[in-house]
Amino acid sequence: MKNKASVVIIGGGITGVSIAFNLAKAGVKDVVLLEKKYLAYGATGRCGAGVRQQWGTKQNCILARESVKIFENIKDVLNVDIDIEFKQKGYLLLAFTEKEWNQFHKNVQLQNSLGINSKLLTPDEAKDIVPFLNTEKLLGAAYYEKDGHANPFLTTLAYAKAAENLGVEINKGVEVLDILVEYRKIKGIYTSHGFIETDKVVNAAGGWSQKIGKMVGVDLPVYSERHEILATEPVNEILGPMVMSFSYNIYCQQTPHGSFIMGYGPKEKVESLKSTWQFLETMAEKVTYLLPPTKNLRVVRQWAGYYNMSPDHQPIVSKCEEVEGFYLAIGFSGHGFMLAPAVGILMKDIILENELTWDVVLDIGRFKRNEIIKEPSVV
Amino acid sequence: MNEEKIIVCRCEDITLKEIRDLINDGYTTLEEIKRITRAVMGPCQGKTCGPIIAREISKITGKPIEEIYKPSIRPPFGGLFFKEIVGEKDEK
Repeated sequence: MKNKASVVIIGGGITGVSIAFNLAKAGVKDVVLLEKKYLAYGATGRCGAGVRQQWGTKQNCILARESVKIFENIKDVLNVDIDIEFKQKGYLLLAFTEKEWNQFHKNVQLQNSLGINSKLLTPDEAKDIVPFLNTEKLLGAAYYEKDGHANPFLTTLAYAKAAENLGVEINKGVEVLDILVEYRKIKGIYTSHGFIETDKVVNAAGGWSQKIGKMVGVDLPVYSERHEILATEPVNEILGPMVMSFSYNIYCQQTPHGSFIMGYGPKEKVESLKSTWQFLETMAEKVTYLLPPTKNLRVVRQWAGYYNMSPDHQPIVSKCEEVEGFYLAIGFSGHGFMLAPAVGILMKDIILENELTWDVVLDIGRFKRNEIIKEPSVV
Repeated sequence: MNEEKIIVCRCEDITLKEIRDLINDGYTTLEEIKRITRAVMGPCQGKTCGPIIAREISKITGKPIEEIYKPSIRPPFGGLFFKEIVGEKDEK
């Protein structure tokens, strides 16, 4: 492991490897990435693998739209021959309440103004897309056919390989113990494998990012929340889009592999990575009601992961104001995987002090300025 | 013995060659190989392929098998139909 680096990235999830790749691609030498376990151990490897552009805020829409452009051309962008199993069969978002249906009208208008050509559907039109959908009490749906799915492990691997090809050093099994700060400037980083001298550290530690913040004496406005999820055995393709409802609190999709992945948001904040039988039972009730043929599927695995929640459910991609050389890519609130390609480019802009590639406000100062526009569409 | 024809993971049809290539490529933990290939993620949860892959890692890296084989078996431990969980109320 190098003992001197221009930038040290903490975290081997999709965000960390995307930042590493984009820095190296911009010509930054001696980039080092540290991962305590193995690549995609945390939220990336535990997520629902969805890629959605139907968001309720301008920032999330732009980040998702630009990320999809990269997912579509990933082999050319990364110059690596790894199939990330990208599928575009849409997201079907269901509205069961008036409030939700009104929100969908606003969202679709916003999305359309940003070049995301989503549309509203009647319950019958939703049934055309998912014939076995239970449309009882359904008011309508929003749909965009360019949303979809990608394999988080393979995408992380592809970015990591691309970064390594450009000279990035990726260290797995290396734990960050402390960060050396002198006169509010980053000086280096203590790891389980020795000290690395550096004046730039990127916190991309996902569910553990608040702990990294404490190492430089900063209280970050994020917390980690357990979300549970399960997968079934693979079967022939019967479900094209990701089906999702905010009020009914569920998301469910069939991956190109054939397995179904599904989950729902927790009712209480729990910090743990253990899965529960209560989840399995409630999930079974939800999914067999909404998508009845799923009752004949076998569940093979359930697990849990962290959403790193920010106050407005939008990422914090920013310099840290209190400590010079400390950068944040945190608070992805459950949609870090799908936004990572764009986030890597933005963090590269911030570190190199370039103008941001896109007109978005993701700095940490927005909370103090009271510029919070909360993302309304999160499960 | 043709390692391309030896199936290590019967749930996902992963061959011995695929496993060996990944180990030689630097993926020397069961967790990584699981995430890349889906071996160990099928209905059997790696009861068959887990020890075989661990042995291969041990052979190539020289690490003791106890250090490699620490499987995280996830609930519900064996395949379970959703209908078994919710009951068959609606099918009388």
